Amino acid sequence: MELAVISGKGGTGKSSVTAAFATIGERLVVADCDVDAANLYLIFNPENNTEQVYVGGHKAVVDHTLCTVCGICESYCRFDAITEIDNRIIISETSCDGCFFCSRICPMNAIAMVRSNRSRMYSGSFRNGMMVYGHLAPGEENSGKLVSMVRDEGKRVATEHVMNTILLDGPPGIGCPVISTVTGADKIIIVTEPTMSGLEDLKRVFEVAQKFTGEAGIIINKYDLNEAMADRIEGWCAARGSTLLGRLPYDRRVTEAMVAGKSVTEMFPEAEISNILIKIWNKLITNGKE
Amino acid sequence: MKIAVASGKGGTGKTFVATNLFNVLSRRGEDVTLTDCDAEAPDDLIFFRAEKTNETEVDHRVPVINKDACTWCGRCSRWCNYNAIFYLQAAKVIEVIENLCHGCGACTFACNSGAITEKPVVLGTVTKFRTEGGSPVVEARMKVNEMSPVRVIKAAIKESGESGVIILDAPPGTSCPFIQTVDKADYVVLVTEPTPFGLSDLRQSVDTLREMKKEPAVIINRSDIGDRGVFEYLRKENIPLLAEIKYDPAIARTYSEGRLVTDEIPALSSLFEELVEKILDGHGTGSYKR
Repeated sequence: MELAVISGKGGTGKSSVTAAFATIGERLVVADCDVDAANLYLIFNPENNTEQVYVGGHKAVVDHTLCTVCGICESYCRFDAITEIDNRIIISETSCDGCFFCSRICPMNAIAMVRSNRSRMYSGSFRNGMMVYGHLAPGEENSGKLVSMVRDEGKRVATEHVMNTILLDGPPGIGCPVISTVTGADKIIIVTEPTMSGLEDLKRVFEVAQKFTGEAGIIINKYDLNEAMADRIEGWCAARGSTLLGRLPYDRRVTEAMVAGKSVTEMFPEAEISNILIKIWNKLITNGKE
Repeated sequence: MKIAVASGKGGTGKTFVATNLFNVLSRRGEDVTLTDCDAEAPDDLIFFRAEKTNETEVDHRVPVINKDACTWCGRCSRWCNYNAIFYLQAAKVIEVIENLCHGCGACTFACNSGAITEKPVVLGTVTKFRTEGGSPVVEARMKVNEMSPVRVIKAAIKESGESGVIILDAPPGTSCPFIQTVDKADYVVLVTEPTPFGLSDLRQSVDTLREMKKEPAVIINRSDIGDRGVFEYLRKENIPLLAEIKYDPAIARTYSEGRLVTDEIPALSSLFEELVEKILDGHGTGSYKR
């Protein structure tokens, strides 16, 4: 079973919740799908890592010894990536989408498509199972392909080590990397917070979750920062018939645990928040039958 | 002058900083625009009473294949680098998968029989508002279930013009959406929190920015939680620390209800007044010095 933790809004506590879930019960596979801001490895310190190279998207590069500055490439590029400056064709690496169009139509064959191979994927073992995570090299595009690669490796490792549960820590937002994280996952857990922003972003990410998977349950983190707002979010969930998995209190010990390289349920098992997290997790993996 | 407010990690307080900076400049009567570039989760408007002045749709053009005119040569499919044209020569099957299309136009050019025309597909909207204080807010909003916010972000930055101070509220992460936003900025402020997760993502953001030849300055939010790792990193890397904002439930509450601390909490109002001076002076644009 694959469970994906997402949030829409960033910083609602996805990774802290994932870290807790991953250290409560039986051994499992954790896959960090937030590849351009991966964090979970800091808590799990995976060992005996195997490293695989992720070959990223293409970027167009001009060979100025062949280029005649005819401007054809510039006129056809729809990503505004090509400009002529001082009688020289300049291709912006940040704007280039890697479509190959310019390299195909250049009459001088002066444009090459180059791939980066600086991004990596790792898989290793941690104290409660296996961990897979990606590291996107600085400036690389995140098209969701590395996320798919991380998920595939998660499934492979799960089979190899005979583990039934794969827990995915997703990226914020609602775009391609999120869609890659949730597509085909068995369960979606949305972690939100009791703020207007949290609610607005929840509405959008919930729509994505509904389209790409069946079930989505919601956790309101730090509910006591604004209980009225938490009630409002709960009301929103009820009106849509979506499952409220639970409310978590704000607790500085979550950060303390993170600093110590542990999950809150590991370091403070007696805390109220730990109890609630354990209950939610047990409910999730037993399909709601308590 | 464009100032991007960014962070690798989500939820560190980008929107909090961007909206309050904007508010302080706006009430001083400065020429200032706030551009919400977090097109996947746009929340800036929550904080202002504002009137909509203009809305434009952002689209790209996807191919429409006329099967009667198609000669089944397959060139369009071979030119497409996104696997967006599904083609089986023997079975005479050719279909456009619109979700995968990036709108580059290569297939249209590749077609030798004039069988491909194009139609617009809306990716999102750029909406311009005017606040009660008279300053413009531009919002990039990607449509739910679209893959990439990049075109919408670019359009919003363009719509913001060049006049006065333009504050770009960046999306989280360090990949394409972040890069598109900071690429256009003259000055980048990173908002972080002093935790291991915050540090890891801060590092990734700084590395990405340095790859782009940009030197950021940093604001540490909730500066009294976590550990000293971020502070040590900033010292070691010679990155200027613009401000520390301590954790305060009153801030969290004000923010959660969609209000501005610079309107309600005098200590925060003076902190942001000072911050504005530092940012404008630090950038060295004498014209903004008072």
